[in-house]
Amino acid sequence: MMRFLLLFSRQGKLRLQKWYTPLSEREKKKIIRDMTTMVLARQPRTCNFLHWKDLKIIYKRYASLYFCLGVESEENELLGLEVIHRYVELLDKYFGNVCELDIIFNFEKAYFILDEFLMSGEIQETSKQTINRCIENSDMLQELSY
Amino acid sequence: MSDVVEKTLTALPSLLSLDSQPGSAKLSSTSKLGALIRGITELTSKHEEEKLIQRELASLKDQVSSPNTSMRQMKEAMVRAIYCEMLGYEASFSYIHAIKLAQQGSILDKRVGYLAVTLFLNENHEFVLTCYDYKHIIPIIIYCVYDTCNTPLVEEKLNHPKEIIRRKAVLALYKFYLIAPNQVQHIHNRFRKALCDKDPGVMFASLHIYLQMIKGYKDLTASFVTILKQVVSGKLPMDFNYHSVPAPWLQIQLLRILSILGKNDQSTSEIMYDVLDESLKRAEINHNITYAILYECVKCIYTIYPKTDLLEKAAKCIGNFVLSSKINLKYLGLKALTYVVQQDPKLALQHQMTIIECLDHPDVIIKRETLELLFRITNAQNITVIVEKMLEFLHQSKDDHTTIDLVGKVAEIAEKYPLQTMNTVFSLGGDMIQPDIPNSFLKLLSEGFESEEENKKLRLFAVDSYILLLEGETRNLPQRFLQVISWVLGEYSHLRNDLDPARVMTLLTKLLEMRQTSSETKTWVLMAMTKLCSGEASVSIARSVCEDLSSSMDTVQRQRAHELLLLSQDRALRSQLLPLCSDPEPLEVDSSLSFLDAFVSEALAAGAAPYKPPHQRQEELAQQKALSLEPYELSLPINMSSSCVTGRQSPTLMSVSSGLSGDSAELSHKGGSTTLKLEGVKRVWGREGYLSKKEPVEEVAQAEIPSPLSSPNQHTGASGTSSNTHPPIPTPEPEQEKQQLASSLFVGLGSQSSLCLVRADIYALHVAVFQYSLSVIRPVVHFEVMGMLSYQSSHKSHEVEFTYKLPLTNFIRPFTVSTEQYGAMWLAFSNDTKQNLNLVTDGQDSLTDTLNVLKGKLNLHIVEIIGMEGIVACRLAQDQPCLLHCHIHAGTLAVWLRSPVPDLPDSLLYHCQRALEGT
Repeated sequence: MMRFLLLFSRQGKLRLQKWYTPLSEREKKKIIRDMTTMVLARQPRTCNFLHWKDLKIIYKRYASLYFCLGVESEENELLGLEVIHRYVELLDKYFGNVCELDIIFNFEKAYFILDEFLMSGEIQETSKQTINRCIENSDMLQELSY
Repeated sequence: MSDVVEKTLTALPSLLSLDSQPGSAKLSSTSKLGALIRGITELTSKHEEEKLIQRELASLKDQVSSPNTSMRQMKEAMVRAIYCEMLGYEASFSYIHAIKLAQQGSILDKRVGYLAVTLFLNENHEFVLTCYDYKHIIPIIIYCVYDTCNTPLVEEKLNHPKEIIRRKAVLALYKFYLIAPNQVQHIHNRFRKALCDKDPGVMFASLHIYLQMIKGYKDLTASFVTILKQVVSGKLPMDFNYHSVPAPWLQIQLLRILSILGKNDQSTSEIMYDVLDESLKRAEINHNITYAILYECVKCIYTIYPKTDLLEKAAKCIGNFVLSSKINLKYLGLKALTYVVQQDPKLALQHQMTIIECLDHPDVIIKRETLELLFRITNAQNITVIVEKMLEFLHQSKDDHTTIDLVGKVAEIAEKYPLQTMNTVFSLGGDMIQPDIPNSFLKLLSEGFESEEENKKLRLFAVDSYILLLEGETRNLPQRFLQVISWVLGEYSHLRNDLDPARVMTLLTKLLEMRQTSSETKTWVLMAMTKLCSGEASVSIARSVCEDLSSSMDTVQRQRAHELLLLSQDRALRSQLLPLCSDPEPLEVDSSLSFLDAFVSEALAAGAAPYKPPHQRQEELAQQKALSLEPYELSLPINMSSSCVTGRQSPTLMSVSSGLSGDSAELSHKGGSTTLKLEGVKRVWGREGYLSKKEPVEEVAQAEIPSPLSSPNQHTGASGTSSNTHPPIPTPEPEQEKQQLASSLFVGLGSQSSLCLVRADIYALHVAVFQYSLSVIRPVVHFEVMGMLSYQSSHKSHEVEFTYKLPLTNFIRPFTVSTEQYGAMWLAFSNDTKQNLNLVTDGQDSLTDTLNVLKGKLNLHIVEIIGMEGIVACRLAQDQPCLLHCHIHAGTLAVWLRSPVPDLPDSLLYHCQRALEGT
């Protein structure tokens, strides 16, 4: 099961956070701080996995943005990497050549896409087409209503 | 701050054409959020940012609380509030409005409201607790927070015509199951319906639940196998493909379920062999996702009831992982090895050189995973090297969690060399170690092994080494270690006859005077002193200590000091209370305290109030009170997140003082101060090691039961250093060191060398002589000859097993060659090893002397000695030669051994070393 997903920039600025287990604000802040310091300190050509307390951390950098996924220790690390990758693909399909600014200015959209992809810390839907259709449908609704 | 944007711009030039793109067309530069973000990026200091956000929050507050704000504006405001929270500023005023938005708005408004609530709140949030009374809010909170609503509502959705709704409903139930498993028990048949849903997505969602409670559903095995078969052969719609691999997430989920089902269950496992084989075969595409599936497949194969050819395929698969140049795959390979190595230690042998490389890998994570693997293959022979490697890592580790974990592991394997290792562990791990580790260690010392001799040796060694430690610098020793030291000295220093107790007392007094010593440790020290104080000098030391402590603020210390004073003066009482540890029987503790019966009845007769247990007293007290002063319990359950691990442990469980301080002095001694109260302590250390874990050594021994009927001339020479199936390839010289490390790490993992020789039936008064010739195929340091003698006596048959250890030297013969022949052969041989050995003498002819010793003990032939160099040759009983080149270098004998036989140089070197050490 996934515990959290964080997106942050190379400067350690948080861009998106999703928590799948209840945590207090203090715990969240500590995790965010620990993740940014640990992940940003990693040398090139090291593996994409880390240990943090009893969790596995899987991270990957796309352009200027780090995607950091916390999973329970029995999870499959490679699969975690593919979860991140699929999310990036979904963002890319929606925004078209996605970049950090897209996510900064339209973060609620990034959340909506994530919520169609993952639910309760598990994969809900893996098809790019289906997820995109869902998001586009709601965008259509929005345009109709205004 | 503005460089963030700049960097993004340079990284992605496509940004310039943003406006023409469909998604980002909505990137409204005029929106309030846009303005806010832009405003922030233009700032230069954190302080300015804070001011700006505070202003923003103030205006947001006005906006959301104004009755004129439309839903659309509210939605926009909510997005800004989310943004401010993400930057780390609290916008708690908006929480209630987020709930309202989720409840009242149109579908789109609801969506933003829902998003805001999930980001702002969780079920433990105090806001949710304060909302408890607002009955109408509860459903929406539950809806948002739990990702689910009350079960009947969700149940209804399970029948929804749209598959996406059904899927979400199933996932919602899954979440609900995780939170409160009992609440969904009545709808298990619904899950089965979901499993049979015509939409594969709904079926996939139901697997999450089944994975959690699969144990009760053995009957579904065949269905899961069928589903996996269909998935693997690509029967699902293309929509489910991921990079042209059919539904990988579904496959992995199914593999996990199957491995749980097939564990320790042969008949269930047999159903899945075919589909596992198929999965292994299908996963061919070179992509991360196929490796993820393969990894899960391998794990499953090693979890379920084993099948030989599947295991072989899986092992090959692991090989691909480990040898991969991609670091992520290597990591997973190590993880897989760690998982399977308990069942098949030989697998580690195949990859020993890779493992050695990973041990020195620049990436700490890889290193850590390698240590984890080594931990699993620890045995009697390689323990010291592995512990050394682990401690080395500990020195560098800064992370508390890693340290705790690793120290625990070291302690677990340390029993083979308890003292040396434990001492290092205690001083390194310090107060970080779990309290049960020193407990178990002391238990090991006090209960000991079967042989009294060995026990005594161990204890004496402990006393000696601790005295030495205390004489040195004690300031940096961790408290736990000091406690262990005090206990050992108190208990066992009498074993060392020539040791004056006063000397130990003085050393212990030093500990008491140290400022760093905690009051708990001081109690331990005082207890040790009480056991020790015999003789004039000790008593006077005790007296002065007691004087110092009689005014201590700590009641327990004062109590101990008082006891010390009294007992040091009354020898008879002391020896009765604290007998020397000679008797191995644990003390009987009379927990009913029946010996006090007379005293109690006397007191009762004199009019004392009968004893009431604490809970009863409290109850009565509460009844008397008109006002309850205790806080009410929280009405909503609060569960602590399991991810929150406290870094440090609370004080030791083992405190002698804590359990006893309330009782009278006499009672406490009877209770358990000579031996710790051990009844309740789980026995974790034993003769064979840490009992809860099965040692790999044992498994090897069990796996390799020699068959007594094998032919007498069968020669197996197995070695610890390389596997039989993979003879080591000649390695270039820089590898030498690694090879050596490998041989010390992986020793003892291969099959045991067992020669089964004799099966003789001896009848009374007959003498049977059996003669066999042995030849070596693979050299090892020692060969073990095993045999079985069976005979009949008065209608009973007896069997006697015998083993005999033959050192390699028995097979070595001198090899007479000329210097020229030697030279030619030297170049042709590929297996070599080098080491510096001790010289026998220091004098002029040290080389000759040393070589003569080797010649005498190992049966070697000295070919020639020229100045500081000498060449020596020998061969195995038939014709396999081994050449030694020796020269004196910096006061040692540098030897270089070469042979055409792989393990001969290493094994022979061992004997050379032994031969020279013995002199």
